[in-house]
Amino acid sequence: MFARTADRARDGAGGGPPQGPGPMVDIHGVDVTFQTKDRTVHALSGIDLTIQHGEFLSIAGPSGCGKSTLLRVIAGLTGTSAGGVTLRGTPVTGPRRDVGFVFQRAALLDWRNARDNILFQAEMRGLPKAWARKRTDELMEMTGLTGFEKAMPFELSGGMQQRVSLCRALLHEPDVLLMDEPFGALDALTRENMNVELRRIWEATGMTVVLVTHSVAEAVYLASRSVVMGPRPGRVIEEFDIAIPGHREYEPTLENPEFQRVTARIRELLGSTATAD
Amino acid sequence: MTPQTQSAPAPPSARVPDGTRGRGRRPSRRVAAAAYPATFLALVVVVWFAVTSTGLVQPYIIPSPVDTWKAFTDNPDYLWGHTLVTTGETVAGFVIAAVVGVLVAVLMVYSPTLEKTFYPLILFAQVIPKIAIAPLFVVWLGFGASPKILVAVLMAFFPVVISGISGLRSVDPELLELTSTMGASRLKTFWKVRFPAALPELLSGLKIAATLAVTGAVVGEFVGANSGLGFVILQANGNIDTAMLFAALIIMSALGVLLFAIIQVAETLLIPWHATRRNRG
Repeated sequence: MFARTADRARDGAGGGPPQGPGPMVDIHGVDVTFQTKDRTVHALSGIDLTIQHGEFLSIAGPSGCGKSTLLRVIAGLTGTSAGGVTLRGTPVTGPRRDVGFVFQRAALLDWRNARDNILFQAEMRGLPKAWARKRTDELMEMTGLTGFEKAMPFELSGGMQQRVSLCRALLHEPDVLLMDEPFGALDALTRENMNVELRRIWEATGMTVVLVTHSVAEAVYLASRSVVMGPRPGRVIEEFDIAIPGHREYEPTLENPEFQRVTARIRELLGSTATAD
Repeated sequence: MTPQTQSAPAPPSARVPDGTRGRGRRPSRRVAAAAYPATFLALVVVVWFAVTSTGLVQPYIIPSPVDTWKAFTDNPDYLWGHTLVTTGETVAGFVIAAVVGVLVAVLMVYSPTLEKTFYPLILFAQVIPKIAIAPLFVVWLGFGASPKILVAVLMAFFPVVISGISGLRSVDPELLELTSTMGASRLKTFWKVRFPAALPELLSGLKIAATLAVTGAVVGEFVGANSGLGFVILQANGNIDTAMLFAALIIMSALGVLLFAIIQVAETLLIPWHATRRNRG
């Protein structure tokens, strides 16, 4: 239903075929340091990571391990002190248009209803209106927002707000969907539902997703590969391929031996870092 | 593939998005809200009537409600003419202060250099008592409307700038980052994100500014005028015509309240999302 179509060429975001040669994201030797008043913070150190087309990569780690910074570096929202990132073969030098970004808070426009919040993406990019409206309707249907088109953000629950935010991030058919703790502010049950939804959407679309999360279960359930990071300086400790092929039902996946093996190993790793929480 | 959750879940906290919920109760609530000050006002008039009719207070100190009413009915053209003068000065001063104030706020938010340069000057201009510099404006600009408008502008300007700056800064920084990934121009980001986000605070500032503009215009009239409500008050004071003085005071308050109410209405039209949320809270 959401296979990439000729429509996406109008976006002009990336250009070129969606399945180009080489990895989708190539992170090589990235260092990020921040200067505070009294010291230098080494947020990221020597990060090397490639993300393939259509991959669902999760980044797990304790607070302060630089996982959010890494996501921002990919989007071009934060600059690097050393090394660099290429996205679809183009070096990232500033904020990138070919990504979709979802924050922990939905960051919706209070004065627009759900549908207009999604269309905001199209307005700012100057995408064709008719096409954007059609795609918005499709996305709202896909995320279970049908019937909530006219709802204002304050009338929506946290989970519904985050669905709107997700639709907005997907509207322009980005090459990469970047999610920074998107479900961190939701209650446990809503979070589970959102995980199932996101997994279903990814299975249906085959888009490239990078998800930053605190939750080990979320990182393993959703992703095809998980990267565990540690703090001071922010670095990659270990990577896991999560060999649970095909569609993942929620409860059965949680009982899958592979799921349990990987989560146990990640918890062990995080337990051994100083500030794991 | 069959996902185990339905694609249209309705979280318990999500409510029917008809966009009209809660509005049905509003008129009665508004009537109730008006009933309290109306009752109090009626009480004040009753006490006023009682105090003046007993002869405890001389009429030249506090005129009776009847005398005050007569001041209105005996001089309708006189009062109406002077009211129009003051209203014109007030509205002109308010509009200039609003436009210039918003422009200055925008410039200061986008340019730290401008902010560092002008913020102390604006603060300095604010702390000077306007009544003290009003005579200077008469010297510079004469006895026409312009010195009164200038005092009104000076009075109303400060709350507009302050609320404008804090409103423009109140925008969610993540929203600005998001727009930077959308490749939108700064102008587009301003009109579609920053300015709407600033409206709630800006409108609060404008409400304060509207009431101050009335004060500014009257202060301007006090120091040199041959028309306007300030002039009416000075003249009535000279004639010990306290009833006329009261009449002018009442018109002045009504003018301030009217301007305030107009902005309040503009608020519910411009930022219904904010008003609704405020009522809920």
